Amino acid sequence: MRAYGELVVSGFRRYSRYRAGLVAALFTNCLFGFIRASLLIATITAAGTTVGGYDALRASTYVWVGQGLLGAIPLWVVGEVAERVKTGDIAVDLLRPVWTIGQWWAVDLGRAASQVLPRLVPMVAVGALTTGVALPRRPEGYLLFVVSLALAASLAFFAWLLVNLLALWVTEVRGYLNLFMMVLGLLAGLIVPVSWFPDWLRVADSWTPFPSMFQAPVEVMMSSPASAQIIGTQAAWLAVLIGVAQVMLVRGSRRLVVNGG
Amino acid sequence: MARAGWWSTVAETLDARPVTGWAMTRTLLGARLRAQASFRGSFAVDLVSQFAASLVDFAELYVLLHNAPVIGGMNLTQAGVVFGLSTLAFGLADLVFGQLDRVDRLIRAGQLDTLLLRPTSLLLQLVTADVQLRRLGRAGFGLAAYLVALAWAGVTWTPANVALAVIAPVGGVLIFGALFLASGSLLFWVLDGGQAGNALTYGGRYVSSVPGAALAAPLRAFYTFVVPTILVAYVPAAVLLGLPLPALLWPPMAWLGVPVGVVLWGVVLLIWRASIRHYTGAGG
Repeated sequence: MRAYGELVVSGFRRYSRYRAGLVAALFTNCLFGFIRASLLIATITAAGTTVGGYDALRASTYVWVGQGLLGAIPLWVVGEVAERVKTGDIAVDLLRPVWTIGQWWAVDLGRAASQVLPRLVPMVAVGALTTGVALPRRPEGYLLFVVSLALAASLAFFAWLLVNLLALWVTEVRGYLNLFMMVLGLLAGLIVPVSWFPDWLRVADSWTPFPSMFQAPVEVMMSSPASAQIIGTQAAWLAVLIGVAQVMLVRGSRRLVVNGG
Repeated sequence: MARAGWWSTVAETLDARPVTGWAMTRTLLGARLRAQASFRGSFAVDLVSQFAASLVDFAELYVLLHNAPVIGGMNLTQAGVVFGLSTLAFGLADLVFGQLDRVDRLIRAGQLDTLLLRPTSLLLQLVTADVQLRRLGRAGFGLAAYLVALAWAGVTWTPANVALAVIAPVGGVLIFGALFLASGSLLFWVLDGGQAGNALTYGGRYVSSVPGAALAAPLRAFYTFVVPTILVAYVPAAVLLGLPLPALLWPPMAWLGVPVGVVLWGVVLLIWRASIRHYTGAGG
């Protein structure tokens, strides 16, 4: 267990080093936040007072909390494991005396943790000063949010891992990774809230783990009355994805051939 | 004697054929394109994923307009003209210049020094080094959306409108291309600044693909006078469709794409030069 703790800490340390990158990311997140808030509020104004249960304040909260989670929850292409399969470095990971997937997960949780406060606090502050945000009044609200965020970041990590593990069967996964990023962004609720989707898409999406990866922690932060149920769904999906990843790795590593020494 | 003659002929032939910029471009580009075409399966997946990327971009607009029939003064068909025009211009600019904002990888790996030592322009080498044909998927989607939306929206095809519909994508390619170059220049100063460059390129693309009147006035001002991507698609589309423009924008601005693009290239090329001069190799 101590090994995983050390891995979490090392992931945290490694990814908290990029200060200039952080400032650049905040600037861009901020600009995109304004664009997205602008579009959602324009839509709500054009439609009347609410869309999909969102009024202007709720839409603004959704945008700024969401922008603040972009660092912690991996929504852009993550290709490290596929790269390690390609280069053969995965052999080293498989030989370590720890649970193979667990070591990657631990490092990624550390990375995610390093991005929460420096990305979330400035974004929520910008939102509060401009288009407005509604945050939980009671401390339990934040506690639930942290749990939901940890689950969401883990779910997104495992989703990327599944696509990466395809590299054990096909040689080039870049196309699949790009494709997956598009699907993830839309279905997870990064681009527009899931409740705004047309019915067919919303119902189909609710049967997938995607909303649990991004929409879920945002809903919890907005003090959704269904918070407990949301977190339960996230935990269930996490168990499923861990199982699938483990099966894929075990099956795939039987086919794996690493040349050289 | 004959032998020496043969050698000197070769030397003369080589001397007589200085490698011009054009010949260089053709050679470099030809090699890259042939290389990509040889991995058929991977290329097909790439092409499909680019097409899907555009589809997802469009899905956002579709979902918004599904909830409100008119946003920023435009319905779905009219917003489709903006989206198609923007996607076509961005797709083409991305195809040619899209790799410029990844120059940080070359800097990190110490590979930039090699390119700088070669007797041809760095810009030309970067542009030809990684022209990704798969990006045609995006441009193709944009062109299709542009043509279909124009046909459905019922544009009055006066000669002026025909000229505008043709020239607008050219201005867009120039503007987005200059933004990619600006974003690349930034990396010479702040190596980890790629994300800030994205505000210019991808942020610019995002703004250009939606009805501009839906944006808050400060944003509209920023993306008109600082990063002029509202001029790429929204203004020409609104003029083609005969729709009114919001504050800060006037109908003659629909024709500004090409001139603004040219001016922007002039400014950004100066910045690019200064950035290369600023660069210090690690001595690798």
